[in-house]
Amino acid sequence: MIRLTTPLGDEVLDLHAGDRVLLSGTIYTARDEAHMMIRDEGFPFDPKGAVIYHCGPVIDEAQNKVVAAGPTTSARMNDLTKHMLDAGVRGLIGKGGMSAKVREELRGRAVYFAFTGGCAALAASCMELAGCHYPELGMAEGVWEIILTDLPVVVGIDAHGNDLFVR
Amino acid sequence: MDPLYNRLASAVEQAIRQAETILPPDVEEALHTAYNKETNPTARGELENIFANLEVAREKNIPICQDTGIFVIYLTIPETVPLTSGLYDAVSEGIRLATKSVPLRPNAVDPLSRKNSGDNTGAGIPAVHILPGDTLRVTVFPKGAGSENMSQIRMMLPSEISKIPEFVTSVVRDAGSRPCPPVIVGVGIGGTFDSAASFAKEALLAPINSMTSFEQEICDSINQLGIGVMGLGGDTSCLAVKVKEGACHTASLPIAVNIQCWCSRRGVVEVDV
Repeated sequence: MIRLTTPLGDEVLDLHAGDRVLLSGTIYTARDEAHMMIRDEGFPFDPKGAVIYHCGPVIDEAQNKVVAAGPTTSARMNDLTKHMLDAGVRGLIGKGGMSAKVREELRGRAVYFAFTGGCAALAASCMELAGCHYPELGMAEGVWEIILTDLPVVVGIDAHGNDLFVR
Repeated sequence: MDPLYNRLASAVEQAIRQAETILPPDVEEALHTAYNKETNPTARGELENIFANLEVAREKNIPICQDTGIFVIYLTIPETVPLTSGLYDAVSEGIRLATKSVPLRPNAVDPLSRKNSGDNTGAGIPAVHILPGDTLRVTVFPKGAGSENMSQIRMMLPSEISKIPEFVTSVVRDAGSRPCPPVIVGVGIGGTFDSAASFAKEALLAPINSMTSFEQEICDSINQLGIGVMGLGGDTSCLAVKVKEGACHTASLPIAVNIQCWCSRRGVVEVDV
């Protein structure tokens, strides 16, 4: 098992599709609305080496904690990902894989990590809530800043065009 | 509120908590059966995550999946309980209570303005299906969007009966990784355009530890696709196929396919009357 901590750099180029990784460090949730907001209004965080999590969590705002936070279907973000990678994002986490177009956009610079769909309780047990950006988008669509400890992911699409979702 | 309606609202809240935090035993058993025969190492790793996740959810009493769904409710009511608007209001109140106490993600939005109601209720939802019964019993079925979005209905021709397995398999093939496989497939055969969809959903409420030879045939055909857990490849793409049939017009053959993710949740609570 490989251990990685965000922000990520050129170590992502050494990863291969199928590698199991324990991922730690700060990540940012973003779904459809957040991708469009970032495209139109800019990043509320430093995108260099950042990891984006395709996720709309359940947050207990009174206790400031993540209750449940499994991945959402990444394919919805197929046409909303290029501007994130161009700005320096080095990792995506989601479920279900992405398009051939994104596979090419990842090439030579970033990877797609698959995290098991539905595993929201396991994910939350690896998470501490650090903040919220674009709260006006609501709980599911807002950008939540989360600190991970050892989230068990698998490299679904590597930076060399290998894609476990293709068959 | 009438005390009976208070009890019903509490029962709905309790059934939702049960459904959201503990997977029914037949579904968990089917996942273990799939794990024991899985040969793909990535798929085995994904199933290990699923088992670890079920353990955390059960221990901490938190939702298994953050898509806590939109609610479909089935009620049986005995003769002594009148069918009133109060029953429907109590069900909605139970959902509002559960949204805060479990807690649930607010998922219900206006279809066009996309404005979120904040409490998982809204115009026309939850769908509440009421049948006569011996007891007042509430069954909650939370349905996540990832799998619901991959569902399809086709008005087939009466001459196409032999093509039903092929159609069902093609719906699952087209869905690929998106509905969080290994999936459970509910198939509604017959009825009308609308009731075929209801049959498909009701088929998903049946325990999955047995299949007819027809259901098994479709399940085997889906598992030949190699989609695997989460679409990462593997031996099991489908845990079970469940069929519910109803009579239909002599010129019709409606077929509805309702896909369910591996997290097939249901909660049942009896209410004292």
